[in-house]
Amino acid sequence: MPHNHTLLELSKKLRSRDISALELCTHFLDRIEGDTKLNAFITSDTERALQQARVADDALNSGSASPLTGLPIAHKDIFCTKGLKTSCGSRMLDNFISPYDATVVERLAKEGVITLGKTNMDEFAMGSSNETSWYGPVANPWDTSRVAGGSSGGSAAAVAARLVPAATGTDTGGSIRQPAALCGLTGLKPSYGRVSRYGIVAFASSLDQAGPIAQTAADAALLFDAMAGFDPRDSTSLDKKFEAASSSLEKPLKGLKIGLPNEFFDSGVDSDVGAAVQAAVARLCELGASAVNIALPNSAAAIPCYYVIAPAEASSNLARFDGVRYGYRTNDPVDLTDLYERSRAEGFGAEVKRRIMIGTYALSSGYYDAYYLKAQKIRRLIATDFDRAFAQCDVIAGPTTPTTAFKIGEKMDNPVSMYLNDIFTSSVNLAGLPALSIPVGFSGSGLPIGMQLIGPYLDEAKLLNVGHCYQQTTDWHRHVPGEFA
Amino acid sequence: MSISNQDVHHIARLARLGISDEEVEIYADNLSRILDLVAQMNDVDTDGIEPMAHPSDVSLRLRDDTVSETDHRDEFMGIAPASENGLYLVPKVIE
Repeated sequence: MPHNHTLLELSKKLRSRDISALELCTHFLDRIEGDTKLNAFITSDTERALQQARVADDALNSGSASPLTGLPIAHKDIFCTKGLKTSCGSRMLDNFISPYDATVVERLAKEGVITLGKTNMDEFAMGSSNETSWYGPVANPWDTSRVAGGSSGGSAAAVAARLVPAATGTDTGGSIRQPAALCGLTGLKPSYGRVSRYGIVAFASSLDQAGPIAQTAADAALLFDAMAGFDPRDSTSLDKKFEAASSSLEKPLKGLKIGLPNEFFDSGVDSDVGAAVQAAVARLCELGASAVNIALPNSAAAIPCYYVIAPAEASSNLARFDGVRYGYRTNDPVDLTDLYERSRAEGFGAEVKRRIMIGTYALSSGYYDAYYLKAQKIRRLIATDFDRAFAQCDVIAGPTTPTTAFKIGEKMDNPVSMYLNDIFTSSVNLAGLPALSIPVGFSGSGLPIGMQLIGPYLDEAKLLNVGHCYQQTTDWHRHVPGEFA
Repeated sequence: MSISNQDVHHIARLARLGISDEEVEIYADNLSRILDLVAQMNDVDTDGIEPMAHPSDVSLRLRDDTVSETDHRDEFMGIAPASENGLYLVPKVIE
């Protein structure tokens, strides 16, 4: 069946005309339509997808196709899509039809990629379990009583259940890597500045990056190469040329030095998770790599630092939702203040409001130095830790998350216990580095385990190379939850 | 770090977030817990450390001052909750 194939395999089948783009598109639309358990999608777009598929078939028949032409994917509902609802998982944008496309959406469409729909997510990307979505939680295809992770939970669940062969996500503190890990997938968070943020609803502008969630590192490379690159419409986009990451996937790992931070293997990590990651490192060593112990001494401060910087930036970014120009507006406001206060109170959910409140507090008069300035100094120390580590190694490896997927509802009562999910991922965003999560095994209860590989700034090609070589000798990435096979 | 009900009202006012009386206690509890987590920053000595505002230390790019966009006024106003004659409508501000 077509859904048991990677993007690269499907690309071959499309080119050899074993299957048409229209057939492929219809197959996946049927799977999306047929699913009643996951709640992975907020919007699916049948008419437009079928139209795009017909155009792709014309290009494939006339020989003008790119390697991506005719491949169907889904976009996280944080990417603006022209003429299509872009909700960001929020009641605030439930009625928002974007008047323009995000650069990522535009670039992939130009390559002939077909958009099947928009995936569920934590509201405004604030969450680690997809439970803060206005549209309800997303279930994990490996155990539907458990979370798919977040904030890109819909994208991860959709790919894990093969409702789509791959999807886009965004990552501010772990939102691509954590759901990829909890769903047994490959997720890439690129270096800050590599992928345009234009048309992505902003959460924390100095941390947000978009990237692919896919079945394999090779598929992630294919999408990343198409998504990345200079965009004059994003003032933080890097104006540099890069070799395609896809071109160096096969590079032998001989001589590769893998740094293992003591801080990432401490007692807070589930024993199944720690053991699977150690085994994966051992496998990489069999392929020619060697492991060295390194230190990231300020790791423990990453979460506290992140929960000042991200909410501070969010409180500023989300000030734009005022009930005046677009989005939700309350009924019968008595005056302008009432319009603002009630539109925002009714349009935002609990977690978003908490973060706006924390951010507002941290930036308010008298507290700036104690919170925001202090956090910025710690951010520097965290970035410096990574610089020092990369003087000793080429990549850093550790668990993506301390545990496997937890139960829906388990952590919703205590925001702080939810925040600790991002303990190994958020420091990467603070430093602006690239990182990849790849599946490296299953827990005793059959839940996927992810290993995070962190690279030096702008070296996503190395991460994808390591991930690909690992996947050439393992088959964790080939496992599909039985119910969805 | 403990946040009082009065603090909650003040922050909500700054953020233009309407809060019901029942919610105040919950916010005070939640925000206090988050600030306890954040207080772990104080374990780190940051004397003499230069703050890092952003991952790319390069200065922002400038562009030529030329027209790069066409007029999208109707599209953009079309998604507003209330507009008339090209203007956004809000409750009366000046009596």
